[in-house]
Amino acid sequence: MNIIDMTISGLHAALKSKQLSSVEATKAMLERIETVEPQVGSFITVTADHALECAATADLRIASGRMDMLTGIPLAVKDIFLTEGIRTTCGSRILENFIPPYSATSYQNLRDSGAVLLGKLNQDEFAMGSSNESSAFGVCRNPWDTTRIPGGSSGGSAAAIAARQAIATLGTDTGGSIRQPASHCGCVGLKPTYGRVSRYGVIAYASSLDQVGPLTRDVTDNAIMLSALAGYDPKDSTSVDEPVPDYVSELAGGIKGLKIGLPKEYFIAGLDPDVQKTMDAVIETYRRLGAEFVEISLPHTDYAVATYYLIATAEASSNLARYDGVRFGHRAKEAAGLLDMYTKSRSEGFGAEVKRRIMLGTYALSSGYYDAYYVKAQKARTLIMNDFIKAFESVDVMLTPVAPTPAFKIGEKVNDPLQMYLSDIFTIPVNLAGTCAMSLPAGFSADGLPIGVQLIGKPFGEEVILRAGYAFEQATEWHKATAAL
Amino acid sequence: MSITVADVEHVARLARLELGADEKKLFAGQMDAILGYVEKLKELNTDGVRPTSHAIPVENAFREDLVCPSIGVDKALDNAPLKSGTYFSVPKVIE
Repeated sequence: MNIIDMTISGLHAALKSKQLSSVEATKAMLERIETVEPQVGSFITVTADHALECAATADLRIASGRMDMLTGIPLAVKDIFLTEGIRTTCGSRILENFIPPYSATSYQNLRDSGAVLLGKLNQDEFAMGSSNESSAFGVCRNPWDTTRIPGGSSGGSAAAIAARQAIATLGTDTGGSIRQPASHCGCVGLKPTYGRVSRYGVIAYASSLDQVGPLTRDVTDNAIMLSALAGYDPKDSTSVDEPVPDYVSELAGGIKGLKIGLPKEYFIAGLDPDVQKTMDAVIETYRRLGAEFVEISLPHTDYAVATYYLIATAEASSNLARYDGVRFGHRAKEAAGLLDMYTKSRSEGFGAEVKRRIMLGTYALSSGYYDAYYVKAQKARTLIMNDFIKAFESVDVMLTPVAPTPAFKIGEKVNDPLQMYLSDIFTIPVNLAGTCAMSLPAGFSADGLPIGVQLIGKPFGEEVILRAGYAFEQATEWHKATAAL
Repeated sequence: MSITVADVEHVARLARLELGADEKKLFAGQMDAILGYVEKLKELNTDGVRPTSHAIPVENAFREDLVCPSIGVDKALDNAPLKSGTYFSVPKVIE
């Protein structure tokens, strides 16, 4: 098997049995990156020298017998994760030359396990977008069809896996930013429960919704990654001190008698026929595996996008106030005084989508509109959360589409932000409810574009959706398909 | 709902953003469409519903009041666009 096609578990076995060294594996990945990067654009920064150093250290560690599941595995992370000494842009001109003085806990956990960093991945600017088109560092293309978007905001994280430029990657998900690109690029993407993985050192977009998670080729790899990432971090006061199960050994339990809810609000008229067909086939597979289906209702689904775009933009307008040109980031050259320096630095540094969301959030929080917009949205969020709590009284997991359509064309929605926002309709409610969900490769459109389905779990029920995903994967071959690129 | 260019200018001032004339017009139209869409929340009866700011029930996270190592002045200043000794340097605040 080619190195670039390997999974974490496969490469781990090869490293352990000394069939391969981490340096060999890392070189193969770097060569692959060089070959296909002009067609894909998954990376903002490739850290080739650093990767080879990490790999050499990993090989020593393997030789000394202190090997971990991720030791020597070449990975890449979204450019939203602070990496000490390595440029971190968050897809924005305002951080074009920013070298973080410390690292994100999640990234550090991967490094502590001995993982190799290949580079920093392309993304929508400040994770604001569903297509990766708001990146200040070039277009990222879908490896299955390079005229199409890879999804966003973790577009590079999904495209790098589909293009076989990394064995696994790290993304973040505020409204679907792991699951939607995973669905569009045919990989497994998990958004853990809010608080499951530390957000320390992850550049903030909407702090009550942001969560870190892995994108991988298969469910086993996802469980391996989550095991390295999950857990309480004293540096993140919103991380939760819940016991971390052994996600890998939990995979094989089977799903006989698992109660799967189908929320009727997610099976709307106008769902893309290929997506509908995929859903039908997945339901059939699960039935065959012994799952029971229950129709459920999440009655406030239709209000989720509106709720999200008030809460997320309000939090963003506050979080992004820190980019003022004083302590780090871009500072405007010509400025008449301090206030003008703030204003010019921000206006030069931020792209259009970021400005638009800061404007919306500022409006929603401004005097006279605070109660009508922001507080109203927080109340709607309560109703949406309660929908999930109630539905989970009668089911173990939920099964839904990830996105209403397969990957759309580059440029198709770029001039219509509202249409772009509505493409996240099935992923946003999960972030508002704070629970966990996973996108699983489940089929292809007539045009050969990957289509994922979403398994939603109870809070801190990651092992249940991973097990359900694993059972599906054992019965199907979708996750083994590779883009022709 | 009708967002005017004057509304956009007011919000831009609050957000410390400077927009070009074309950008103001574009944003007025787009914000109008988006805010028009979110108006649908008004259909919801939220009387007596408590607002949620955080989805997972967590208590305030206290820690011991102890001095811990920090990143230090040099590292903190490494990314400063302009510095002077151990300070961040900014344009004159008071003329």
